[in-house]
Amino acid sequence: MSHHRNTLKTSFSFSYTMLSLVIVFLFIPLFVVVFFSFNSVKGMQWESASLIWYKTLIYESPSLWAAFRNSLLIAFTSSISATILGSLAAIGIKWYRFKGRSYITTVSYLPMVLPEVIIGISMLIFFSAVKIRLGLFTIFVAHTTFNLPFVFMMVSARLDEFDYSTLEAARDLGANERQTLLKVIVPSIIPAVLSGFLMCITMSLEDFVITFFVSGPGSGTLPLYVYSMIRYGVSPVINALTFVMILGTMLIAFFFRKFLKTVAASS
Amino acid sequence: MKRILKPRERERMLGTLYSAPMGLWFTLFFTIPISIIILYSFLKRGLYGGVEWEFSLSAYRQMFNPSFAKVLFRTVWISIISTLFCLLIALPCGYAMAKSKHQTFLLFLIIIPFWTNSLIRIYAWISILSSEGFLNTLLKNLGLIDQSLSLIYNNQAVIVVLIYMYLPFAILPLFTTIDKFDFSLLDAARDLGATKLESIIKVMIPNIKSGVSTAFIFTFIPIFGAYTVPLLVGGKDSTMIGNIIVDQVSKTRNWPLASAFSMVLTLISLIGVFWMLYSGKKELHQEKNNQQALEQNIKTHHSQRGKK
Repeated sequence: MSHHRNTLKTSFSFSYTMLSLVIVFLFIPLFVVVFFSFNSVKGMQWESASLIWYKTLIYESPSLWAAFRNSLLIAFTSSISATILGSLAAIGIKWYRFKGRSYITTVSYLPMVLPEVIIGISMLIFFSAVKIRLGLFTIFVAHTTFNLPFVFMMVSARLDEFDYSTLEAARDLGANERQTLLKVIVPSIIPAVLSGFLMCITMSLEDFVITFFVSGPGSGTLPLYVYSMIRYGVSPVINALTFVMILGTMLIAFFFRKFLKTVAASS
Repeated sequence: MKRILKPRERERMLGTLYSAPMGLWFTLFFTIPISIIILYSFLKRGLYGGVEWEFSLSAYRQMFNPSFAKVLFRTVWISIISTLFCLLIALPCGYAMAKSKHQTFLLFLIIIPFWTNSLIRIYAWISILSSEGFLNTLLKNLGLIDQSLSLIYNNQAVIVVLIYMYLPFAILPLFTTIDKFDFSLLDAARDLGATKLESIIKVMIPNIKSGVSTAFIFTFIPIFGAYTVPLLVGGKDSTMIGNIIVDQVSKTRNWPLASAFSMVLTLISLIGVFWMLYSGKKELHQEKNNQQALEQNIKTHHSQRGKK
């Protein structure tokens, strides 16, 4: 019996040790970068503490901020359109039977599982085949496309738990289609819609590969800007930017705290 | 006058009304682009980029050119090694998280680096591994080395960074399934004399199969199609399929070849996805069967008791 308890204890600490090591592994690179963002000189040799790189980031990086504005614009527009289209489709697919239902379900699943390179290349070839100039519009289209599956999936998952009889009750009480949608369905799925929306914002701000293919001159987003900086080598301004971005991510994750399990289940 | 629709008709109309916008969107911006790629892969390369409208298998033949075949082979082994490492590391992590009382906090810790921009994370590794980077500077300051070690721009660096990038993709689905797992089954197995390890391998793993296959697919597919990691931390001999596709599109402008390689990537991903869905369905089916058998047992038990 004591032998049993012993093995229990050791393997318990094994999985916990592993988890702690993984969390350290996940954070160390970020800590190193953030730490050296407060270094007064370039490079990995510590001199003295300074905020000079943050000053450069804020006051002397106009093109970075232009890229950031593009990123925000794309993130909001594409997330809004993806949220509307995805939520409506989830309602339609879950509750009604109609032609093309299985096609839509299958096709909404694929962009999420195919490698990003494929989505990017296929869009690039498509846009050049139909002669649409690459720019903010094409980025918007691409981002809406890769965001849609996430909203669709999260709202569908919420609808699975939805009690269909409330819908019948609303109809029996004389509500028309529009009233049922706005007063019964929307309030009950709004948490899923919101978390889907936030997920879209995060994914859109994050994306590099797909944007890389469908962006044109002057339409660069923040990740594209970071990419061009990385290619020139290590720059302390990126270190400063990293800290700002991590803070932003933490903020979003904090908003998400109630949905973290849903996110874990869907990603 | 308002026409009253039959319920069936009404249902069809409403369903279409709700879902058509997304259906159209995906048709236009996903199905058609992918179809174009399939089509292009069977065409001839145009003289100045683009394609010539003539059926040809030359793109597929070109793929077996030794230099490309080498890259295909490398992509496969790098992906398999990185995915296996991810799964092996993620399993105990998912287990520990499912058992923990601080799940939300732990999820928070896993998700923060995961949501931080991927380029920033790659950049962090560059600043750690490069010749003037953190690790080399540290080792020099400690007097352990005189000359910088070459830690970056090779396959090992690619594998380490790939594991770093995709580990959360393995941890999250494993955590979700282990979290739903009935841990009393482990106690039962142990009461029947199994060791801790035996009970985990023989009782838990078969029960979380769908999570394992999801974790496998969600790490393997993006690693197999990786582009930025081999580009930024790999050396000359670390190119993967993703890099070839991009080079063929942007530098060589050989669209049929890029399309053919994309087809390979797509097919492999689809096989993986269908396998995952199939194994998930099978498990669900089994569960249903078990449930039915159980109900049947209970029913017969009751009827027998009634007879008595």
